[in-house]
Amino acid sequence: MGLSLLLASLLAVLLLRYYDLQIKDHQRYATLSDENRVHVRAVAPTRGLIFDRNGVILAENRPSYTLSIVTERTSDLEQLLAELKALLGLTDAEMARFEEQKSQYRRPYESIPLRFQLTEENVALLAVNEFRLPGIEVEVELVRHYPFNEAFAHSVGYVGRINDREQAVIEKERYEGTHVIGKIGIEKQYEDLLHGSVGYEYVETDARGNVLRVLEREDATPGEDLYLSIDSRLQLRAEELLEGRRASVVAIDVETGEVLALVSTPSYDANMFVTGISFKDYDSLLHNINRPLYDRALLGQYPPGSTVKPLYALAGLATGAVTKEWSIQDYGEFQLPNQERVYRDWKRGGHGRVDLRIAVEQSCDVYFYELGNMVGIDVLSEFGHMFGLGHKTGIDMPSEMSGIMPSREWKRAARGLSWYPGDTINASIGQGFSLVTPLQLAQMTANIARRGVSLKPHMIHAVNEREIEVAQNPLVDIAPDHWNTVHSAMEDVVHSMRGTASAQGRGLSFRMAGKTGTAQVVGIPQDAEYDPELLEEFMLDHALFVSFAPVEDPKIAIAVVIENGEHGSSVAAPVARELTVQWLEENPWIVSQADSDESQPIEEEVDAI
Amino acid sequence: MQSDFLRRMPGIGPATAGQERGLLERMHVDPILLLVLYMMSAIGIIVLYSAGAESQYLISRQVAYLGVGTVAMLVVAQIPPLVMQRLAWLAYAGGIVMLGIVLIAGTGAKGAQRWVDLGIIQFQPSEVIKFALPMFIASYLSQRAMPIKFKHLCWALIIIVIPVALILFQPDLGTAILVAGSGLVVLFLAGLRWRYIISALALAPVAVIGAWVFLLHDYQKQRVLTMFNPEEDKLGAGWNIIQSTTAIGSGGWYGKGWMLGTQSHLDFLPESHTDFIIAVLAEEFGFRGVMVLLVGYLLLFIRGLWISYTAKNSFSRLVAGALTFTIFIYVFVNMGMVSGILPVVGVPLPLFSYGGTALVSILIAFGVLMAISTEQETLHAK
Repeated sequence: MGLSLLLASLLAVLLLRYYDLQIKDHQRYATLSDENRVHVRAVAPTRGLIFDRNGVILAENRPSYTLSIVTERTSDLEQLLAELKALLGLTDAEMARFEEQKSQYRRPYESIPLRFQLTEENVALLAVNEFRLPGIEVEVELVRHYPFNEAFAHSVGYVGRINDREQAVIEKERYEGTHVIGKIGIEKQYEDLLHGSVGYEYVETDARGNVLRVLEREDATPGEDLYLSIDSRLQLRAEELLEGRRASVVAIDVETGEVLALVSTPSYDANMFVTGISFKDYDSLLHNINRPLYDRALLGQYPPGSTVKPLYALAGLATGAVTKEWSIQDYGEFQLPNQERVYRDWKRGGHGRVDLRIAVEQSCDVYFYELGNMVGIDVLSEFGHMFGLGHKTGIDMPSEMSGIMPSREWKRAARGLSWYPGDTINASIGQGFSLVTPLQLAQMTANIARRGVSLKPHMIHAVNEREIEVAQNPLVDIAPDHWNTVHSAMEDVVHSMRGTASAQGRGLSFRMAGKTGTAQVVGIPQDAEYDPELLEEFMLDHALFVSFAPVEDPKIAIAVVIENGEHGSSVAAPVARELTVQWLEENPWIVSQADSDESQPIEEEVDAI
Repeated sequence: MQSDFLRRMPGIGPATAGQERGLLERMHVDPILLLVLYMMSAIGIIVLYSAGAESQYLISRQVAYLGVGTVAMLVVAQIPPLVMQRLAWLAYAGGIVMLGIVLIAGTGAKGAQRWVDLGIIQFQPSEVIKFALPMFIASYLSQRAMPIKFKHLCWALIIIVIPVALILFQPDLGTAILVAGSGLVVLFLAGLRWRYIISALALAPVAVIGAWVFLLHDYQKQRVLTMFNPEEDKLGAGWNIIQSTTAIGSGGWYGKGWMLGTQSHLDFLPESHTDFIIAVLAEEFGFRGVMVLLVGYLLLFIRGLWISYTAKNSFSRLVAGALTFTIFIYVFVNMGMVSGILPVVGVPLPLFSYGGTALVSILIAFGVLMAISTEQETLHAK
């Protein structure tokens, strides 16, 4: 009987145990079972595309194939590697990286990458031979690609692997399943729009982590497609014209504030950064004497030189310090009262009798010494700032330099010194402490072309199909006459026989207003290694030119800065001319409208202010 | 302790001689056993179909084993228990020889040799010895005076130790313990003196510690340790227990439905068609299914014990009781290990786990029970 009782009680133990598991703790085990099989997998959104204003694609997503191996599924790893080596010609470096990753900790059934960016031929070979290569996996991933390579590297920018610093800042959930993030340029600025929002998949997996089916799916929302204001034809033309130069060009649509071209040369292939640039490549870019990584258009700071003269002429007129008719006799020298120092004109012997028009047309320094001395640094500084110099323009790019529009306050704060009258004389021809970026120069020119109405320069024409509009911001109320005077003086720079850029006016079907400039080289970057023979070239003056056209109904404003280009008139001005011609020809409606409006353009604009 | 077990109980005697005997009884078939066996085998095959990922191969093999086993069971049922008593040593000796062959020329899995390859079929001698051993001991003891004398006890222990040692060398600790258990059960049934039992209990801790230090392989120690704390080693030895208890627990009262068990169908459950098949049943048919299974086994045990109580002679009583308890031990150990209250020892669930030798031998054991239940009154086996 005893054994029968034992049997009965042991059966009762079993029954109790199964009761505990199945009834009492059922909920807990049911959860465990679901956690076992159901996994949440992030579905990375497709990054938004970037087009130029005409729909030319500047940044796209291309499928990239990665070959990896799940060692747990291989029967003979050595032989598999040998076969793959024979099939694809694996390099020693690839093998070494594989072995290293294999030796590190990983989850069971986690794949180890063997080769990235497989060619289509590789993919086909692997597909055909897959049956005899157990354990291989070919994974596809969308990888950013920049079809123009170097042409838009500074403006569009690039994406790269998310680094530790970014990892700490980003919203982890939004970036699940995403490996890249915008690093510079538009890619960084509009990261939020381009990235899209992550989706989720509830998948059922088996014990080996194989996904068997999708139980539930919340689709990812792809990033927004951006249509830049950049015109790729204009941009490419500018790159072509600046070939071999350290230079930058900024072109702005006067009517909208849209940036039509944002060029900095030399450049680099943005694609190098997407999947990780090699140390060697990066090092050679970093130490290249021409500094290809440096975005001159937004970060380069140069003395504006004579390009600020039309603005200061306007300041003189607006404050009543000078009139259109007021003139000086220029002997090529200027002295402050009671001071020994002689400020010279660039033209030895001077320009003779000079009024405002001639002063702008021929870039007479002495006239502006006089003008600057009369209006004072406070007015010059105020006008500079008002028209966009010496502070950030607020363009929708991740970084820009603010430049310097010197003033008494600035000098005291930055240098700890008080302002001397001589500082004003230097500033009045855009030298001395003055520093501006090419973007600021273009913005100043556009603001002058718009007769004192400011539009924030911007890079986005449309998000998906929605066009972007920017609020107009009237800067200052200046009499139409003064605008006419300055515009016509700038027109003479290009079209008058004695204009500093008169060569550019010939053969134009429209009227163009411009101003040349020359900036002395302040210093040489410290970190570059110099070839002594090159040193001389690097000491040459920078050549500057700003322009807008057509004068009667301005459409495009351009700033050109060519480092060590020496002559604004012969080196920088032709670039602006070429681009202006191309833009107006590409957009015939502009030209025809300009032609028909030629007789009475100015009055209309005046009313608008 | 168990001496009264052998005493004829008044009023529960067998059908008296000369009474009209039915067809089944004349064919030596026990209808209750047969019915329950087939019901459970049918459930077993249904569960196996799900556990074996709908494999036609597994099912057809298992059905074939069931057929072979049924024939063997019916043949064995025709042998008079007296003949069995005389020939039990043959089954035992055959089993020992085969265990020897396993050690010399066996094939196996996971480092242990458990199989004999007979050309057409493979064969697991330890499954044979677990029934041959209690029969031989019963045969030996039933011809000795009761209660057991010390000398006979020693011989009986030697009879037990030989196959147990051979199985330990395979090595297969779990089966060795169970085989030893099936032998010891006979001693208990035959009526051991209390002092032997007490001294055995006193020696047990010594034996356990000795075995732990000298006999157990590392993986075996690991299994025991894992049972106490499966969470310690989630992906290693603890994996099996975590996954099987999860399968059982997630089945709940109603189960997830036939073929819908996620733990087994997504391969989380190890050995789902052999040792862990109860977890598949528990997951897919829930606690209700487990209770049906337990009721089925309970019927078999009650019937087995009834046969033992009403047996005509001491050999038959001992054999029927021993076989019933042996089957019970297998059921208990298997369901215990899968549900995490016993170490994982690699023991199949009788009538459910896939495997030919185990199924055929258990049916032969039931054949023996049937032979006993339909035995005619004999005079010379007192």
